[in-house]
This record gives sequence, C-alpha cells and structure tokens, in this order.
Amino acid sequence: MEAFTTHTGRAVPLRRSNVDTDQIIPAHWLKKVTRDGFEDGLFEAWRKDADFVLNRPERSGASVLVAGPDFGTGSSREHAVWALQNYGFKTVISSRFADIFRGNSLKNGLLTVVLEQSVVDALWELTEADPTVEITVDLEKRQVLAPGITADFELDENARWRLLNGLDDISLTLQNEADIAAYEAGRPAFKPRTIQA
Amino acid sequence: MGRTLAEKVWDDHVVRRAEGEPDLLFIDLHLLHEVTSPQAFDGLRKNGRQVRRLDLTIATEDHNTPTLDIDKPIADPVSRAQLETLRKNCAEFGVRLHPLGDVEQGVVHVVGPQLGLTQPGTTVVCGDSHTSTHGAFGALAFGIGTSQVEHVLATQTLPLARPKTMAITVEGELPDDVTAKDLILAIIARIGTGGGQGYILEYRGSAIEKLSMEARMTICNMSIEAGARAGMIAPDQTTFDYLQGRDHAPEGADWDAAVEYWKTLRTDDDAVFDAEVFIDAAELAPFVTWGTNPGQGAPLSANVPDPASYEDASERLAAEKALEYMGLTAGQPLRDINVDTVFVGSCTNGRIEDLRSAASILQGRKVADGVRMLVVPGSVRVALQAVEEGLDKVFKEAGAEWRHAGCSMCLGMNPDQLAPGERSASTSNRNFEGRQGKGGRTHLVSPQVAAATAVLGHLASPADLSYTPAPAGV
Ligand code: SF4
Repeated sequence: MEAFTTHTGRAVPLRRSNVDTDQIIPAHWLKKVTRDGFEDGLFEAWRKDADFVLNRPERSGASVLVAGPDFGTGSSREHAVWALQNYGFKTVISSRFADIFRGNSLKNGLLTVVLEQSVVDALWELTEADPTVEITVDLEKRQVLAPGITADFELDENARWRLLNGLDDISLTLQNEADIAAYEAGRPAFKPRTIQA
Repeated sequence: MGRTLAEKVWDDHVVRRAEGEPDLLFIDLHLLHEVTSPQAFDGLRKNGRQVRRLDLTIATEDHNTPTLDIDKPIADPVSRAQLETLRKNCAEFGVRLHPLGDVEQGVVHVVGPQLGLTQPGTTVVCGDSHTSTHGAFGALAFGIGTSQVEHVLATQTLPLARPKTMAITVEGELPDDVTAKDLILAIIARIGTGGGQGYILEYRGSAIEKLSMEARMTICNMSIEAGARAGMIAPDQTTFDYLQGRDHAPEGADWDAAVEYWKTLRTDDDAVFDAEVFIDAAELAPFVTWGTNPGQGAPLSANVPDPASYEDASERLAAEKALEYMGLTAGQPLRDINVDTVFVGSCTNGRIEDLRSAASILQGRKVADGVRMLVVPGSVRVALQAVEEGLDKVFKEAGAEWRHAGCSMCLGMNPDQLAPGERSASTSNRNFEGRQGKGGRTHLVSPQVAAATAVLGHLASPADLSYTPAPAGV
C-alpha cells in the first residue's frame, strides 16, 4: 500500500447524499479480475450527462472529492475504492461514510476524511466559486486546509499509523502467529468445518 | 455489568487485544464467491501465501450465473472468465467449491445456512455486504472488502474495532398480512439508511421470537441497508430445530455441548445497549419502497410523498431526484403504480418459505397480461424442495418463469435485467438507480406483495385479491 502523509490538489464538489456503491461503480464492472482499469466505470451513469461535475473541463486533474453525507453506502465492493483511485482521487471528504466503504478505503490508502457538514458546505462553496482552489489534507496534523478554512479531523491512531507508513495489514497480523495458533488450539470441537482437515 | 449478545460473541473470538489497536478476531467461517475473490487470490499468489484454514472456507458461484440454459457455455465472456477464475483459484488453493450445476450451488447466503455451516456464536464473513443474513442464527456475520478477504484467507483473522450495539425491540403481534420484509422495510424507513451506522443491531422482542428462521434471515439480511455492520437475533429453540440434522450441524456429544453453549448466547438482563429503538408490531402494514434507496419506503396504502414535505434539505433533494428517476408524481397512490416485471428471489426472499407464500397467492390465478414474473430460487436445494412440493407447477401455470438458482435480477450481473424505464416489484434488497439494469426502476416488496402485484399488474397486497390462505401443503 502506498503511504499517505499529506496531499494537496484541486477538488470536485459532489453535491449528492447517499451516493451508493452501485453509482460509484456499476455491477457490470465487477466482472473484472484485476485491481486496475476501473477509472472509466467511476460514476458511469452520471458521466453520460455532459454537465455532470466530473465532466466539466475545469475539474480535470482534480484529486480531492468533496461528497455529500452517507457516501459509499451499499455493497462491500472494494472496486468502488479502486475506481476512485484509478481515476486519480487521493482523498474523499464527507460528513459521513458507510462503514465498509471506509474500511476498504483506508486499507487501500485512499484517505476518507470526516468533517462537519458545515465545513463540507464551505468547501463546496469555495471550490464552486473558484475551481482552481487547492485543498490540502494533512494526515500528520490531521487537518484539512483551504483558503479561509482550517478544520481538524479525527482518525484513530492505529489507522493513521498504518496509512502514514503504508503498512500491509496481513504482514502485521502474521507477526501474531503465536496468538493465532494458541486460539486455534483452544477452539471447541463442535465448531463447524467445511471439509475434514 | 452484563453483556449483549454481540459483545459475548465478539469476546469469544478475540485472538489478541492490545491497547490502541483494533482487536484481532478469529473467523469461524469464510464464504467466497466469484466477484470479490479474484484480486484476493492474486494477492496470496504474489506474496507466496496459502489459505490458512481450508476447513473453514467454502466457495460457490452466484452473481454471474445464468438462470436459463445452465448446461450451455455462459454467453457473456466476461462473466464466464470470472467464474473460470474462481474455479482455477479454488483448484489451485484447494478450496471447496460448489460450481454451477452442483446440487449445493446457490446464493452464498442461502447456501451457508442450509448446509448447517452457519451456527450460533460463530463469526462469519464474506466479500458481500449481505453476509449480515447469517446473524439470524446468533452469529456475528458481516460483509468485508477484497483486501479483507485476502487477509482472512491468509490468517483466518481480521483486525477490527468493536462496533456499538443497538437494540431494535419489536413487541406484539404482526398483523396477518404483514411479513418480515414489511417489518424490516419499516425499520429502515424509520431509522434511515445511515441510522445503523457504526452499530451491530440486535432484533429482539416477542414479535421477533415468533418468526421462523427464514423470516429472521430476511430481517438480518437487510441490516446493511440501515447502514449497520451486522444484525443479530439470539438463538433459541427455533434456531436449534432448524439446524439439527443438517449436513454440518454437530452430532451426538458435540451437539449437546454446542446447544449448551448456544443457550448462553442471550443479552444479559443488565446489559446496556448504546442505542434503542422500539416498534409496535401491531401498527405495521405491508410496506413498499417508492424511491432509490431502501429507506425511501411507505405503507402500501400511502401516497408517493411530496419532497417539499421534508425538512432536511439533503433528504428533500434526494426525494426529488428519486421521484424523477422513478418517474413518479408526488401524491400519486402507491397502489396505482403499474409494473412490467415481478422478481421473486435473492438472499432476502429466495428461500423455500418465500416461494411457498408467493405460490399460495398465485395458486389458481394468472399473472396479468403484459407483466413478466421471474421466480428464481435462492439455491439448487431450494429449487428441488419447491419442485417436490409442486410449487414450480403453480408458478408456471400462473404464467411466471421458473428459473435456475442464483442472484439473477437482484443485481443484474447476469442476463436477467430490467430495460431502461422498466419498472419492477422485487423481493430483493436494493432499489438503487440502475441496480436491476441500467435505467430500471425498482420497488422493494415482500413475496406476498410481489405475487399480488403480478396478478393485478399494479402494486398490491394479497388483501386486494380478497385473498384467503390456501390450504396447508401448497
Ligand atoms: S442475491 Fe443479491 S444481495 Fe444477495 S448476494 Fe446475490 S446479488 Fe448480493
């Protein structure tokens, strides 16, 4: 996983609540068996509309998505995170994320930042008034910075440490092999098995 | 202080707990399907890792599988490639797989319980958000992303922060025509699609205790639509009776030891939930959705709401967008909405009891002209049981299409899709824009409402047919 320390970029204001994973990446894209090449599927249905914010020329190259509340609801498809990353987004800001989406994003190094809706409103107004405005998301300081806006955000220390160092969860867990083996040894015999091992 | 059901199951699975770190939880059962696993197997391969516990892992094919001509090669090359990738991965790593054509194939959340693999007090994960279904057995079951699928394959554990707990207490008697589906749709409309966020829900109370396992699965299945991490129901005699004798249920002394443990899996009287919701079962009615998220629902007897009636600006905007997408007008009676398609199936309502109740309404009646009705059993076992009971004949005689098992039109990854502008009454769980096919419009309903709607051609409940229950055995 790529480490995330701080990122500065232009933004895309997505004034919609409840953007579900079927909107982020429609099901027919889920047939791919790789982690890349999902950029064209991102918000596919909405992108048919030339006026959709992502299609506006002034938004090209933007890397900060500022979304409405309950972003990422719906399915567990990690493809939603890959699609955002393949497209070029480094971070998504919203007042509320769906749990599974948030977990998936942090595992892939896409920083999801939770800010008060009033701050999200202010960021929307700012980038709508001037699309060249840059927003900085600083994970070391846990702060979002934009002209006239300084907002602290929360992220638990463990997730932050993993992101800052780009650490892979599996290797970290495998360091606890002895604990896992001890737990396995103590499991009751009546627990289900799919095959005789 | 006492503990809730969720806390007990959680605590029993902690492999490692350290200050400032998420708990490392042991996973008892890992279910796999073709859509969310290929990149996980790839990751194992790249790092030279194996599947740690093949005996706690099982795979089936469901999302892409066709429901017609299953003996012919799959027409869509991309779907075919995804299924072939799963087969190749399972063969290479040694994972038990039930492919298309196998008697145990079906929607992953129907297969686990029917094999008896889903048991009280277990942790169950799958790369699919509706894994919450298995919570009906008092299991802690939740959907995970592909990185986590890889993590479980490699370590049989997951690092997780413990969610909060919410009690949803439903007391009283459900009225005759009200089903588990109506209940969960009403709960989601009440608490909202984000209402359960950060929580494990526990459904409890006298109305829940009276429900069958199938009905409990319908409810837990849709916990995720309220944003919850998982949904659970404490195991009881109904649960034990369902499990006993199933392929993977414990036997003999193991059964006794298991039941003894399972009986301890109840929220203690002095346990405290982080949030509580109370519902009076007697006040519920058949419930349908009118919008594009599962929280946008109303009793069937109501009208399409007026977006202007919402105080919250983002809800108002969401309602406006939903009405536009759905092609509906504020104030229009829900009963006046005509449909082109009726879908009975999915991990929400594709089990035998669901097919029985739809069939009991269709018995001796016809699907309305111009309406196509698809009946897709949740698994091959469900299909075989339905055939044994003659339900397939009832559906076919009524003019419905009797299909092969799979996810089918629940998400339209296979050829079963709505055309743009087409409208369905669907027993599935998501009415998102384009979920059942690009431009398709979905109304979520119970199997009973689906069947009545098929007969009348507009959203309707069995009461609109002056329905009298068919004799037992149908
Ligand atoms: S039936 Fe629908 S909700 Fe259930 S697993 Fe299949 S696609 Fe997902």
